[in-house]
Amino acid sequence: MAIMSFIFVFFFFSSLQPILSLYEDQVGLMDWHQQYIGKVKQAVFHTHKTGRKRVVASTEQNIIATLDLRSGEIFWRHVLGPNDVVDGIDIALGKYVITLSSGGSILRAWNLPDGQMVWESSLHGPKHSKSLLLTTNLIIEKDNSLIVFSNGRLNAVSCIDGEVLWKKDFEEESLEVQQVIQPPGSDFIYVVGFAASSQFETYKINAKNGELLKHESTAFSGRFSGEVSLVSSETVAALDSTGSILLTISFHNGKISSQQTPVSNLLEDSPGLAVIIHSSVTGIFAIKTDAATIFIRVIGEGKLEVVEKTNHETVVSDALTISEGQQAFALVQHAGSNIHLTVKPAHDWDSNLLKESIKMDQQRGFVHKVFINNYIRTDRSHGFRALIVMEDHSLLLLQQGAIVWSREDGLASIIDVTTSELPVEKAGVSVAKVELNLFEWLKGHVLKLKGTLMLATPEDIAAIQYMRLKSSEKSKMTRDHNGFRKLLIALTRAGKLFALHTGDGRIVWSHLLQSLHKSESCRQPIGLNLHQWQVPHHHALDENPSVLVVGRCGPSSDALGVLSLVDSYTGKEFSSLRLVHSVAQVIPLPYTDSTEQRLHLLIDADKHAHLYPKTPEAIDIFQSEFSNVYWYSVDDDNGIIKGYALKTKCSGNVADEFCFDSRELWSIVLPSESEKIITTATRKLNEAVHTQAKLIADQDVMYKYISSNLLFVATVAPKASGEIGSVTPEESWLVVYLIDTVTGRVLHRMTHHGSQGPVQAVLSENWVVYHYFNLRAHRYEMSVIEIYDQSRADNKDVWKLVVGNHNLTSPVSSYSRAEVITKSQSYFFTHSLKAIAVTLTVKGITSKQLLIGTIGDQVLALDKRFLDPRRSVNPTQAEREEGIIPLTDSLPIIPQSYITHSLRVEGLQSIITVAAKLESTTLVFAHGLDLFFTHYAPSRTYDSLTEDFSYALLLITIVALVAAIFVTWILSQRKELQDRWR
Amino acid sequence: MAPIARLLLLALLSTALTISSGSGDGYTINGRVKIPQGLGTKGFALPGKTSNVKVILNGGQIVTYLRPDGYFLFQNIPAGTHLIEVAAIGYFFSPVRVDVSARNPGKVQAALTENRRGLSELVLEPLRDEQYYEIREPFSIMSVVKSPMGLMVGFMLVVVFLMPKLVENMDPEEMRRAQEEMRNQGVPSLASLLPGGGRN
Repeated sequence: MAIMSFIFVFFFFSSLQPILSLYEDQVGLMDWHQQYIGKVKQAVFHTHKTGRKRVVASTEQNIIATLDLRSGEIFWRHVLGPNDVVDGIDIALGKYVITLSSGGSILRAWNLPDGQMVWESSLHGPKHSKSLLLTTNLIIEKDNSLIVFSNGRLNAVSCIDGEVLWKKDFEEESLEVQQVIQPPGSDFIYVVGFAASSQFETYKINAKNGELLKHESTAFSGRFSGEVSLVSSETVAALDSTGSILLTISFHNGKISSQQTPVSNLLEDSPGLAVIIHSSVTGIFAIKTDAATIFIRVIGEGKLEVVEKTNHETVVSDALTISEGQQAFALVQHAGSNIHLTVKPAHDWDSNLLKESIKMDQQRGFVHKVFINNYIRTDRSHGFRALIVMEDHSLLLLQQGAIVWSREDGLASIIDVTTSELPVEKAGVSVAKVELNLFEWLKGHVLKLKGTLMLATPEDIAAIQYMRLKSSEKSKMTRDHNGFRKLLIALTRAGKLFALHTGDGRIVWSHLLQSLHKSESCRQPIGLNLHQWQVPHHHALDENPSVLVVGRCGPSSDALGVLSLVDSYTGKEFSSLRLVHSVAQVIPLPYTDSTEQRLHLLIDADKHAHLYPKTPEAIDIFQSEFSNVYWYSVDDDNGIIKGYALKTKCSGNVADEFCFDSRELWSIVLPSESEKIITTATRKLNEAVHTQAKLIADQDVMYKYISSNLLFVATVAPKASGEIGSVTPEESWLVVYLIDTVTGRVLHRMTHHGSQGPVQAVLSENWVVYHYFNLRAHRYEMSVIEIYDQSRADNKDVWKLVVGNHNLTSPVSSYSRAEVITKSQSYFFTHSLKAIAVTLTVKGITSKQLLIGTIGDQVLALDKRFLDPRRSVNPTQAEREEGIIPLTDSLPIIPQSYITHSLRVEGLQSIITVAAKLESTTLVFAHGLDLFFTHYAPSRTYDSLTEDFSYALLLITIVALVAAIFVTWILSQRKELQDRWR
Repeated sequence: MAPIARLLLLALLSTALTISSGSGDGYTINGRVKIPQGLGTKGFALPGKTSNVKVILNGGQIVTYLRPDGYFLFQNIPAGTHLIEVAAIGYFFSPVRVDVSARNPGKVQAALTENRRGLSELVLEPLRDEQYYEIREPFSIMSVVKSPMGLMVGFMLVVVFLMPKLVENMDPEEMRRAQEEMRNQGVPSLASLLPGGGRN
């Protein structure tokens, strides 16, 4: 007995290991991390010095990054705040990266090798204006200086410490400064702009001290539009507001002279509205019309000549000074599946410095931007490399007619993600070659054993680590037993669909969607979301699964919708539809037709419901479930939540049997003067709940109120909907509601006084957890509400069950007015939140953990038991046994439970959880600018052996046991024999 | 040279006004993040490397980075109570509540929200460093013994070597009786294993 209890205690202690966490050598086994920078806006090369060649880029996602020019890898990267848009970047002194951001009000310098910020200075001015950054080699008071025009003020800033050396205001109300020019080798600056849209103004300013030397202005009969293009250091080209007259204005020595040329004089056919393209090539400027891009050369005094007219999509780079007084620029044109890169000298259009044709993947779309850089070849001629930004936001480096590297930076702006299963491994398919043979397998395990027994040499350790990371098992293109291998299908803002393998994060296929491509009828297409369209059951494998991509032609909710159906195995877009109605909401219905296509209901802006797929079979299925379809809409602006059901077929002029009218069932109108909706949350449609009953201490049972129609709504005082610090605690409050979306019944309402948003919420099973800011304590708080069904509470009497007097078998219905009780509790939480999610397992048996995306772009796992409203300061013995944690005022942050360990998912936007087939494990995908994927087991992998399980140790134990049995058997036989002889 | 620089820095520190009314429509919050050198920074950013430390105002409204000396600056901040968070991999920083007063500009009021400790000047230091990985314990006999297989082996050893000892120590009389009983019974039945069942 004593031995037994001893062993029991032993077991107990051995199971009390620290919580789920990772060893450092396990990084990269289950997880992968990819870093992106987004769509490049501006790029500057740094190749002068010997050593590492770099390119500095700023992107539309407010990032400044330096990339290795050889491989495209990121050296360093900084993500600026959401309002800190980068206006311009440059390199100064050969060692600092200068960035101008936030509408020209923040100027920063970063150390080029390591990204350390060197100085920061803020530039304010009298009014908002265009922001221009100009690096000069001017030396003022021994300092190299920068010239910055922003907020209506011209500043000269020292490169060394960011000190403003002089400033000059341009306060004239209507003045719009277009260009700041420093003619090479001079010590004065031209500031060129329009006043009142019809007056051309030039200011000549002494670059040493900011003194105004000369001011000239000329009136022009028409109005100017948009940009000006610099033709030379003393000539600009502009277009008038009708887009039909070209102006060349020269201001040599402060004297303004202008020439007007109608665009129609240069071109025979009327080109329609033209726009000037920003370029800085001397002597040449370009205008773009609907049909063509036209390059125009300025000869002498305002004489214009068309040098080339291209009908293809053409992109031109800025000018690059290659040698003393010689400039070059690059042109990129499309021709079929190739792109042509041409580098021309600025003074001679007809000669080419370089002409290359490069095969380009059609899925990258058009070239959007090109940046060039030169190098000296061994034969002292000029070589060129070009960095191009494509329509899908990818970044490529071209050199010597080939793509040196490419970066899929479209993945930095994912809109929506869904998953797809991989094909089942077929018997005939030869996958055996990637499998290791038995000997290798055993060798691997012996190595591992050596590792655990600390006998391994450093080479062995390296071999073990390599073997673990490169395991071919995890990146196979077939379905696995545990459901770890899947395809993550991601829709990006560029309208491209990517399929990523969950094993190693590689791109399996990518496809630029036709339906989300810019066209005449659809000028501003945007992707909205992804849905699983067809998930064939794996014994009927003749069809591949497919996903539905929903988009619309424009930002407003009444723009017409577009649909695409994409095969998830191949990425082929097999159907693309332009809808005749708008898409406000997409409701995947829980019905599928005979080919396992899921029925979807698209609600348009006029609250008509449209059924897809448009097949007679679908309508048959739908008719039988007609009365069971309910949905709701949330109108944030007016504070109205409405519930709808279907009424009849559309009464419109066209007979469309797939269109249905809706009727309003209920509406909740929130008082607009005191409440403003900021967040809503619902349960995930595919969430499984294992049991409705919850056993609590002393053998009692509570029944969870589980309804898929639960909606969580959070509202704040309209005054408090701004940032933290803008209101006092007295005038702000947060109200949360739990609403049944079928009946419109408010199940629970609670007010948190002195609190404000932003609110992040997650709803799962019968609970909701939300995060908000408590102004009184000036700390973030997290609250939990659990909701229980009281009408089933009396079922715990065994006699009633025996007699049959219970209602356990009665269906859960939103029609029956269930008696509910709620319990809630609040706790402090340290960090701001960017996203919150909950783990999802296939059957819902495993306990839940919250996945919290913190402001530091890390993902923290927090056990749901910490957010249990039944926690109390002194739990009873029974409650302790149940696993209730004593109440503390704040939630613990345990560094080992960061599932992103020491990585950051920069710009974290959302966390997606997918159930694996293994009940214990959930797949977590966090995306923002970076992508991070890992397997996570909230209660450890209780249903499978862990990766570091040593098979070799097991084998050795068995062998040792068998040997021991033999030895003892022989010994005992010998002993017996001796006994008999005696 | 170095001590002089440090002295200068100290002097700067003590004179730096944390909040001052800046130009334009707001105030300026000026502070410093100090990461102690040599604190357990194993495996993470190099000690004192500040290039990846972000300072975040009001949950993401403004993000700024540190200068080499650890100073940071927020400009154009309206009067009110604000929250500053520091995001640095490997360290745990408490958010700081900063009151920018419109009535008496230049007044410093800052407090750590985690432990409500007031700060006389805006110098932020990590409360603790964060170790994201478990430390793999070196191989020891105890860990093998504690593992399920080790326990199995241990139990077997106990049965094989200790049980006979126990049997030996038993009273020979009792021993004989038990053996007798067993012989009488022949095959042990389930009933005999149950408590009280073995007395028939």
